[in-house]
Amino acid sequence: MNIIVCMKQVVDLQQVRIKRDTRQPVLEGLPLQLGDMDKNALEEAVKIKEKHGAKVTVLSVGSIKLKETVLQALAMGADDATIVVDAVCDGSDPAPTALALGAAVKKIGLPDLILLGEGSTDNYSGQVCSRVAEILGLPQITYVRELSLDSGTVTAVRDMENALDVVKAKLPVVISVTSEINKPRRPPLTQILRASRKPLNTWALTDLGLSPDTVGSASSSVQVISNLAPEQERKGVIFEGDVIQAVGNIVDALRKEGAIA
Amino acid sequence: MSRGILVFSEQDEGNYELLTKASEFTSQLGEVYALVLGQKEQVTIQSLVQYGAKRILTVPGVDPNTLDAESIAFVLSEIAKNSGPDILLIRSSRLGKEIAGRVAQKLGAGCVTDAISLEIKGPDLVAQRYTLGGNTISSEVIMTTKKVISVMPRSFEARPGQSAGAAEVKELAIPSPRVEMVERRKKTSESNNVESADNLICVGQGISRKEDLVIINEFCVALHAELGCTRPLAADFHWVSEERMVGISGKKCKPKLHVSIGVSGQIQHTVGIMNSKVIVAINKDKDAPIFKIADYGIVGDLYQVVPEFTRRIKAART
Repeated sequence: MNIIVCMKQVVDLQQVRIKRDTRQPVLEGLPLQLGDMDKNALEEAVKIKEKHGAKVTVLSVGSIKLKETVLQALAMGADDATIVVDAVCDGSDPAPTALALGAAVKKIGLPDLILLGEGSTDNYSGQVCSRVAEILGLPQITYVRELSLDSGTVTAVRDMENALDVVKAKLPVVISVTSEINKPRRPPLTQILRASRKPLNTWALTDLGLSPDTVGSASSSVQVISNLAPEQERKGVIFEGDVIQAVGNIVDALRKEGAIA
Repeated sequence: MSRGILVFSEQDEGNYELLTKASEFTSQLGEVYALVLGQKEQVTIQSLVQYGAKRILTVPGVDPNTLDAESIAFVLSEIAKNSGPDILLIRSSRLGKEIAGRVAQKLGAGCVTDAISLEIKGPDLVAQRYTLGGNTISSEVIMTTKKVISVMPRSFEARPGQSAGAAEVKELAIPSPRVEMVERRKKTSESNNVESADNLICVGQGISRKEDLVIINEFCVALHAELGCTRPLAADFHWVSEERMVGISGKKCKPKLHVSIGVSGQIQHTVGIMNSKVIVAINKDKDAPIFKIADYGIVGDLYQVVPEFTRRIKAART
């Protein structure tokens, strides 16, 4: 059984600074890591491997820095990794990302299972799973928090707003998982050291039979005209010291504003 | 010139919100279409007309609960392709968001999910959404002819009376789903009004034991507030039900008054309370990021502050 896990390299969002004058985010130089729920997807793949036996391939699209970032996935238990590196798909746009992922999956060979996080940690568009499934002509099951496999069929519990939906589909299928599905392992040092010895393929878009133009036009399908921190007009009245007094002051202020009756 | 707007939500209220908004754009973007899955009462169809639908497409004879995203995306793309409506507005429920990506790929369309606002600026339809985990709001324009936008629930008010007169109703067929629905387990936890409450109290990891939530609950009762929480309290500790989780992967709230207790203020949580009218924060760490978005804050021990708050509110009410 073959499993491909699609993962994304994202900046550490806790470290994003906002320029005070322009409200623009500063992303340069921030540490890169794999997406949170992408790690849940990988963990699930490794668990399936441990239970049923499988080959787990990690696939990622992005900048050349992936060469380092993806080592973490190899340390967590993936057997090999393929990265697609091209300036055109260096951004966070789901349409070109899905095109590149879809083409790379075809080149690797259609697996039994494709696993992703339900959304990326930074953009959270949730489009990539659906787009990849459509490109490959496969059924999709999203928001999965429990997964089991039995002779060519997958049974999944989907976490919807008001219900848990139990669904079934024949393999191959594209599945996105939520963070409730498992707790990603922290690889021991020995695995981290061995990770760099596992196979790591690097492809360009042209290796996938995709022209930078095709991917480029997909990436211009949505134009971002601005991306700014929301304007916050908060009062910022912070009390320190005597908390009893502070509560009194705040309750009075809230009453004056009509925030409490 | 756009050839119309197609609206889809698996639930009526969502349709009404989107139809109301779409109707505002009719003169610039064209007529409003709605898709209805399953057998609906005539009165439901009539409501869609009242909220602005001009053309209604129905798929009778299916149980909508058994359909999967792929089959619904197929029907939407059949309606929208070629000279059909250019713009798809889909309610960003979990199912809706999943459909959005699939139908966009079918139509070769650009797609924006989880839009929080829609506005026509010059020749463009501009959608706003949170990015970078909630650090920023980006304004985005879809450049392809066909455009798919999924819209966060409750982003727009539903108002009837957008249109008078009859709508054209047409029946369609739907392919059978490849993902089979085996069972729907209703979530057992109590329903709540976290998303629509006027007063919302959120608790985070500042609370040290589950038993101590009792002081938070007393505060909720006194303030007539709903209880919400950060992700670890629900997903990791299971002290509070997951349906009360607030943030990027939980509920998005717009209360009039929000009190944040023992919450550090990580962006993945605060994106869910950013639109509160007034924010009060209680945290013992004066450098906690939550104070940056607070109107009022107390640097102090929540075990002291919260009971005092409860006492004061109760006193004010008697």
